[in-house]
Amino acid sequence: MDLKGKKIILHDMCLRDGMHAKREQISLDQMVKVATALDAAGVPYIQVTHGAGLGGNSLQHGFAPHSNEEYISAVASKMTQAKVSVLLIPGLGTMKELQSAYDCGARSVHVATHCTEADTAPQHIAFARKLGMDTTGFLMMAHLNDPEGIARQGKLMEGYGAHTVYVTDSAGYMLPDDVKARIGALRAVLKPETEIGFHGHHNLGMGIANSIAAIEAGATRIDGSAAGLGAGAGNTPLEVFAAVCERMGIDTGVDLFKLMDVAEEIIVPMMEHVVRVDRESLTLGFAGVYSTFLLHSKRAADRFGVPARDILVELGRKKMIGGQEDMIMDTAMTMARERGLLKAVAA
Amino acid sequence: MKKIRCALIGSGNIGTDLIYKIQRSPVLEPVWMVGIDPASEGLARAREMGLKTTADGVDGLLPHVLEDNIQIAFDATSAYVHAENSRKLNALGVMMIDLTPAAIGPLCVPPVNLRQHADKVEMNVNMISCAGQATIPIVNAVSRTQGVGYAEIVASLSSKSVGPGTRANLDEFTYTTSGAIEKVGGARKGKALAIINPAEPPMIMRNTISCLTDEAPDEARITESILQMIKEVQKYVPGYRLVNGPIYDGNKVQVFMEVAGLGDYLPRYAGNLDIMTAAATRTAEMFAEEILKGSIRLTAVA
Repeated sequence: MDLKGKKIILHDMCLRDGMHAKREQISLDQMVKVATALDAAGVPYIQVTHGAGLGGNSLQHGFAPHSNEEYISAVASKMTQAKVSVLLIPGLGTMKELQSAYDCGARSVHVATHCTEADTAPQHIAFARKLGMDTTGFLMMAHLNDPEGIARQGKLMEGYGAHTVYVTDSAGYMLPDDVKARIGALRAVLKPETEIGFHGHHNLGMGIANSIAAIEAGATRIDGSAAGLGAGAGNTPLEVFAAVCERMGIDTGVDLFKLMDVAEEIIVPMMEHVVRVDRESLTLGFAGVYSTFLLHSKRAADRFGVPARDILVELGRKKMIGGQEDMIMDTAMTMARERGLLKAVAA
Repeated sequence: MKKIRCALIGSGNIGTDLIYKIQRSPVLEPVWMVGIDPASEGLARAREMGLKTTADGVDGLLPHVLEDNIQIAFDATSAYVHAENSRKLNALGVMMIDLTPAAIGPLCVPPVNLRQHADKVEMNVNMISCAGQATIPIVNAVSRTQGVGYAEIVASLSSKSVGPGTRANLDEFTYTTSGAIEKVGGARKGKALAIINPAEPPMIMRNTISCLTDEAPDEARITESILQMIKEVQKYVPGYRLVNGPIYDGNKVQVFMEVAGLGDYLPRYAGNLDIMTAAATRTAEMFAEEILKGSIRLTAVA
């Protein structure tokens, strides 16, 4: 399909999804350094939050060294053109936290629900609109709902006031046809002025191909992250995607070489582990498991002696979804007991 | 034996499940069910089960309160109308058990503080939230042993068991439960997380409770206290079960629980709804036992 001249809005995730890959340990200086470099490269939206979004600081999701407010304030004051965005998952984050993120300079928000639970977001989407924010309804683990179901959920989010509805491949499980079917179903029911976005994970190496497929089906916003810094095998690597767009004549408005430099010179040296498709992250993509579960499963594997891949497959079988990180430890303990590696407490 | 006569306000799933639990009680008798829709299934079912019904809201019940000797009412409507319902019924000397998030009365978790509320003859007690009922006993079991600076709970609920009211007001659920972890659980700071999982077949309610103790945890004493508390909850929620833990990691204590319901009217996986109706019934029973013994007397609130 000829996509020449199409305008696409890029949204960088390395300071939010990338927090997962850094066990939430990104310093204020690093945040500012990355964000100013992305801003200078012309990236229009930069997400800055704890990996689990507003309200994310918790035993469940880990504690970052700074509050979301500190991160957002530090970054927002330095932006020349980029807008700072945040993630808000109802049930974890609240409207109070959205208000304070806005007060610190956030102007865009992904309000995220599991792909079948859009009706837990009406308050938050309406409140974001009231604040005048660029508002996205973000349907996570979208492979777990069929195209018609995604269309119905997206329509709800549009009804609550979302400017944009995203198909979010949290498990990096989808193939291009899966993406096209869901984006196409949304395009068929949403108002023409409602935008559609795609957020990919690279667990099967499909981040770029899936994002292009999304554009072919009508998406105009694409999430990615410089050098792919994100949960699992990372997000769609933004500089690679920008290069493909340039070859295809898709207009992203970013400076490709500057973006490549951010990835190579700033992000890669920050990585604690090489974010790539390896045995465990491939398992996420293959079994359809939430990408953030990767490092949690590796820790549970170390503690209880059950291989991370076995834990991930079991979590997939039990249909655990984003936010159920506590069930990783629980599942690992149950498996360890069944394998004679752990004694039960009598109750 | 004489029983205390009760009214149920709200003819939805919770109200219907309450009929079953109250009918089994040796000290409670369900007499009235109050709805707002004459065609509602809940009212029809209540009539079949032998209750008197009105579709005119609480005002339809008021003229019958004295002649039918209604002494306890359960409100399973919404936070928006609860205050008015409570005012009208309290004025007639009816004690209110609030299953809405209104929380105008003190928060009640039976094994933690029901005794105190009954002794004080509180005329309105609030049942917090399903996640609160399922997790606060455990937080309290730790905090009664050692100081807890922070407690965090994660409630996983099956999608089918979460009604439109909770969905549209998820922030209220978060605030109410977080506050109760502090006020009733005894942690200095509380945080509540809710996850709604659509898996089929529906998953049974799960709760993970994590506490950070001020000093290094005394593992044996804390484990003993938790196991003791679980037994207390099991007296009114038999499906309250320890799945894993307690496990200790530095000052962190973690407990992984499951709540299966009794399957009265609500399906077994909806342990979250069952623990609310069971806790509310337990609360009413304690008041009823005291009233029947003559140790407390309900009086009209002017």
